[in-house]
Amino acid sequence: MHTLPQQLANGLFIGSMYGLIAIGYTMVYGIVQLINFAHGEIYMTGAFGALAVYTNLPDGMSIWAALPLMLAGGALVSVLIAVGAERLAYRPLRNAPRLAPLITAIGLSLALQQAVFLWYPNATSGKPFPQLPGGPFHIGSVDIQSGDIFLVVAAVVCMSALAAFVRTSRTGRAMQATAQDPDTAQLMGIDTNRIIVIAFAIGGFFAAVAGLASGLKYGQIKYDIGFQAGLKAFTAAVLGGIGNIYGAMLGGLVLGIAESCASAYISNIPGMEQLGGGSWNTVWAFVLLIIVLLVRPQGLLGERVADRA
Amino acid sequence: MRHRSLLILTSVLTTGALTLTACGSRSDDDKGGSSGGSGGSSTSATKNVTVVIGVDAPLTGPNSATGLGLQYGAQIAADDANAKNLVPGVTFKISAKDDKAQPATGQQNATAFTSDDSVIAAIGPLNSSVAVSMQQVFATANMVEISPANTNPALTQGKDWATGKKTRPFPTYFRTATTDANQGGFAGDYAYNTLKKKSAFVVDDKQTYGAGLAAIFNQKFSSLGGKIAGTDHVNTGDNDYSTLVTKIKNSHADLVYYGGQYDESELITKQLKAAGVKIPLMGGDGMYSDTYIKTAGAAAEGDLVTSVGVPVSTLQTATDFINAYKSKGYPGDYGTYGGYTYDATTAIIKAVKVVMDANGGKLPAMPDARKALIDAVQKTDLDGVAGHVSFDEFGDTTNKQLTVYQVKAGKWVAVKSGVYTG
Repeated sequence: MHTLPQQLANGLFIGSMYGLIAIGYTMVYGIVQLINFAHGEIYMTGAFGALAVYTNLPDGMSIWAALPLMLAGGALVSVLIAVGAERLAYRPLRNAPRLAPLITAIGLSLALQQAVFLWYPNATSGKPFPQLPGGPFHIGSVDIQSGDIFLVVAAVVCMSALAAFVRTSRTGRAMQATAQDPDTAQLMGIDTNRIIVIAFAIGGFFAAVAGLASGLKYGQIKYDIGFQAGLKAFTAAVLGGIGNIYGAMLGGLVLGIAESCASAYISNIPGMEQLGGGSWNTVWAFVLLIIVLLVRPQGLLGERVADRA
Repeated sequence: MRHRSLLILTSVLTTGALTLTACGSRSDDDKGGSSGGSGGSSTSATKNVTVVIGVDAPLTGPNSATGLGLQYGAQIAADDANAKNLVPGVTFKISAKDDKAQPATGQQNATAFTSDDSVIAAIGPLNSSVAVSMQQVFATANMVEISPANTNPALTQGKDWATGKKTRPFPTYFRTATTDANQGGFAGDYAYNTLKKKSAFVVDDKQTYGAGLAAIFNQKFSSLGGKIAGTDHVNTGDNDYSTLVTKIKNSHADLVYYGGQYDESELITKQLKAAGVKIPLMGGDGMYSDTYIKTAGAAAEGDLVTSVGVPVSTLQTATDFINAYKSKGYPGDYGTYGGYTYDATTAIIKAVKVVMDANGGKLPAMPDARKALIDAVQKTDLDGVAGHVSFDEFGDTTNKQLTVYQVKAGKWVAVKSGVYTG
C-alpha cells in the first residue's frame, strides 16, 4: 500500500482534468437542461487550437512565453465553437422536445471530430504536443510532472475564479436566477439568451484549459480524445450532481481517484485478479456512478429537484 | 411568375446535370486513354487486361504509419511489374482500402474486394485482429490473401497451435511475416540471456496480436528462470498510464514487455521515463516504427523491439525498393513491412503469370482465376527484396528470420539477427 500517495496523486491529476471539462456539462445543463454531448469535442478542438498557435509561433520561442498565446488560441477556438453551436444548433431547438437537441449534440460531436480529422493537417493520427520542461518533482514518495502542476494550478485558479464570478458578479447572480427559473428571470429583466451564451462560453473556456493541459501532460493529442474524455467528464458531472459547479469539480476528483485506485488495487484482492488492472478502470468508474446514484439520485452535491430529470 | 422561376430552375438543374455527366464521361475517357497507352508500350499483341490487387491496412488513425507502408510497398511492386512487363498483357493496379485497424471495417473491405470481379487477390491486413474477421470472407470467395504483417500463430495454425495440434483453418490465407510463437520466444530469450534481465513486467493491449505476443513472451521468459514482476492490460486509445507506471515502479522490474502497437507504447515509455523509471521497454514488430521514436523522444532511448526478417536496409536486394519508396516521397514507414509487402505482391503477380501460362496465356474468367491462384501462390518460390519467399503447408513463410532492434541516438539500430529455434 505504500504506493497509495502516488496513486492518489495520479487520480487527483486526471480528476482535475475531468472536473475542468465537467464544468461545461454542468453549467449548460443547469441553465438549459441540455446534455451537450458535443462538449468533449470542444475540449479536443481547444487542444488543437493551442497546437495550431504553437506551430505558427517563431522557432526558438520559449514554451513559457508561448503558453499564454496557446491558451488564448485554444480558448478562442473552443469558445467560438461552443457559442456557435449554441447559436446555430441549440437555440433553434430551445422549445423543441428534449430529445431533439440531445440528438443534435451527438451529431455535432461526430461532425466536429470528423472535421478535425479531415481538415487539420496530418491529424489522421496522433499529433505531438510540446511539453513543459523541468521535473519530475518529488514530494515524499510522490513524483509530480511539470504538466501535472500546470493542470492542478489551472484547475484551482479557474475554479476559484468561476466561484467568485457566479457568487458576486451581477452576471453570475443572473445566471443563478436563470438556472432557478428562466421565465421569472426573464420577467425580472434578465436577458436569458445572453446568460445562456455566457454559460456556453465559460464551458468552452474551461474545456480549452483542459485541452491545453492534456496536451502538455501527455505530449500528444488525437482527433478522438474528446469522446472518452467527454464521457468521463459527463459521468463526473452526474456524480457530483449535475447543475452544481462545485459538484462537477468534486465529481471529477472522486472519479479520477476511484479509477486510479481501482486499477491499482482491485487486482490485489484475492479472487478479483481478473477484474483489476488498467483495462478495467472505466468499468469501476461506472460501477461507482451507479452506486452513488442509487444512494443519492441527485449526485454528491446536487439538490433534490422534483420537476427535473 | 412562379411558373417562370420553375422553368429557370429546371433548366439550370438540367444544364448542371448535363455538365456533370459530361465531366464524368470525359474522365472515364482519360482513364481509358492512359491504360491504353501503357498497353501500347507492351510488346504483347493480346488485348491488355487490368488486374486489381486489393490492399487492406489502416491508412488513417491508429497504426496508420505502418499501414501506409503496406499500401505503398504494394504500389511499388505493381509499378515495377508493369514497368518490367513481368506478366505480358496484364497491367496491375493497386486498390487500397482503409480498415482503421477495426475488424468490422476490415470485413467490409474484404467483402468489397471479393464482390469486385476485377480484384484477383488481396494484400493485408496489418492487424491480426482484423485478419480474423477477414479470413472467412476470402476463403468463401476462394480469394488469396497474403498478409505481410500478421504474426498471431492461430491465423495459420488453428486455435490449438500451442498444444501442437496444428491445423490450417483457411487455405486462402498466407503470410510473409513469421509468427509470434517465434517472435515472442526470440524476445524472451534475448531479454533473459543477452540483456540479463531477471524481472519483467508484462503489459498487453488485449488485442489478438498484443495479448498473444505478451503471453508467449511471458511463458518463455519465466521458463528460462526469469521472474514476472507483474502483468497488466491497457485499453487501446487510452493516453493516461500513470496508474500503470506507478505499479511498474513499485514492482522493481528491470524490463517492461509490451504486447501491442506503437500508439500506446510510445506514451507508456514516455510516462515511465518521466516518472524516473529508467528501465527499457521491449515490444514486438507492432512497435517497430519511426513514429515511436518521434513521439517518445529521448524516452525511447534504449527501448527494444523484435521484428520479422533481417533489416530491410542491410539487404542488397532491398536497396532499389527503398530508393523507389524514398524517391516517390510516399508517406508511412516502409521499414517493418514494406519489403514483405513488396514480396507478397510480387508473389501474387508471379502466380498470376503461372495461372495464365497454364491457361494458354490468357487469364481465366474471374471465379476460376481466383481459385487457380491459390495453388499457384502455395507453390511460390522466389527471391524477394526481404529474402526468400515460399510458404509451408500452413501458409506461413519459410523465412523465419527475426531481428532485435534497439533505439540508439534516436534511431532503430539492429543489434541481433537470427532464427528462433525454440
